Amino acid sequence: MKLILIFISASLINNFVLTYFLGICPFLGVSNKTENALNMGLATTFVMTLTAAVTWPIYTYILVKFNVPFLEYVAFIIAIAALVQLVEMYIRKSSPAIYRAMGIYLPLITTNCAVLGLALFMVLRDYNYIESIFFGFGTGVGFTIAMLMMSGIREELEFADVPEVFQGVSITLIIAGMMALAFMGFAGLIR
Amino acid sequence: MANGRAASLWYEFKKGLWQEIPPFRLVLGTCPTLAVTNSVINGIAMGLATLFVLLTSNISVSLIRKVVPSQVRIAAYVVLIAMYVTVADMFLAAEFPPISKALGPYVPLIVVNCIILGRAEAYAQKNPIIPSIMDALGMGIGFTMSLAVMGVIRELFGFGSIMDIKLLGDWFEPWIVMILPGGAFLVFGFLVALVNYISRRKAETVCH
Repeated sequence: MKLILIFISASLINNFVLTYFLGICPFLGVSNKTENALNMGLATTFVMTLTAAVTWPIYTYILVKFNVPFLEYVAFIIAIAALVQLVEMYIRKSSPAIYRAMGIYLPLITTNCAVLGLALFMVLRDYNYIESIFFGFGTGVGFTIAMLMMSGIREELEFADVPEVFQGVSITLIIAGMMALAFMGFAGLIR
Repeated sequence: MANGRAASLWYEFKKGLWQEIPPFRLVLGTCPTLAVTNSVINGIAMGLATLFVLLTSNISVSLIRKVVPSQVRIAAYVVLIAMYVTVADMFLAAEFPPISKALGPYVPLIVVNCIILGRAEAYAQKNPIIPSIMDALGMGIGFTMSLAVMGVIRELFGFGSIMDIKLLGDWFEPWIVMILPGGAFLVFGFLVALVNYISRRKAETVCH
């Protein structure tokens, strides 16, 4: 039951993009087409789940055990960068079709603050191993939902008459603000 | 000659303040711009922490730019940046515990702030140390100013105060939305539009 709560909380109520402002760069940059947004979201979900699965043992069995938690940031960022690199090499070898769809987004994910943020929140909240994996997966799903909604709105927006100074980043941010307000409706779902 | 050099250094400094001001023009470093600007103090503290990391990382990247092979440069820069962020984080936690607590995980997230890696990649790895310092100072101060402006707007309308000093009287009904995530996006969106508007009036070329 707790696992389901963590999943729903991470994907809807505490959506990383709309309440913690993590992963704004891809949210603004790659959300102009639904197809791109979906691929980016899937790639990020995949990496996030793996990140949770890899950084939790690193933190618990290496950093805490040898009493060097101040190396947390360095260790996490190296782990994430190495992980993304491995995933990229594996996908390129095993399935060229998926690589063509997801490949160009993978390097971007290393500098996606949502992935590092996930590892940091996981430590702050003292999740155990299984909970961490659900948290990672739920966060990825939440990111995908936000990306998909934004890309849908932006595709419609191309036919709208936006004042010149608001075009581009500005109108996207204002729409994100309204989406954040709408997502607050989920706030009472879980305490 | 000396005069020309001073002028070009001044340009490196000045461009971060308006022409390429990080959050509004380059749209870099958006996460902290949105996340920590619900009060002026938090915004300025975040800006200064970023300035410190930007300065130290630009100096080191500029120093090692001829030594590091280009294939592994990003990894090398990221490790350096993560180290400086650890220093900044521990300093804040030791000297200003309340601010460190308020900023929470957003201090470690400076590691993946695109401004830092962006400046290392776009500027410091191609330029000598003095211009790199000027570039970092300009960008860092421009970033701090942007966060302070966001903080002033959100704190004034959200709490009726600035730097915890009450400015608006009891008649003022706080706009709760300004403190909430939605308000952050809205203020940022309107500020980007305002910057666009002013620079269009000046008939400058808009760079993205």
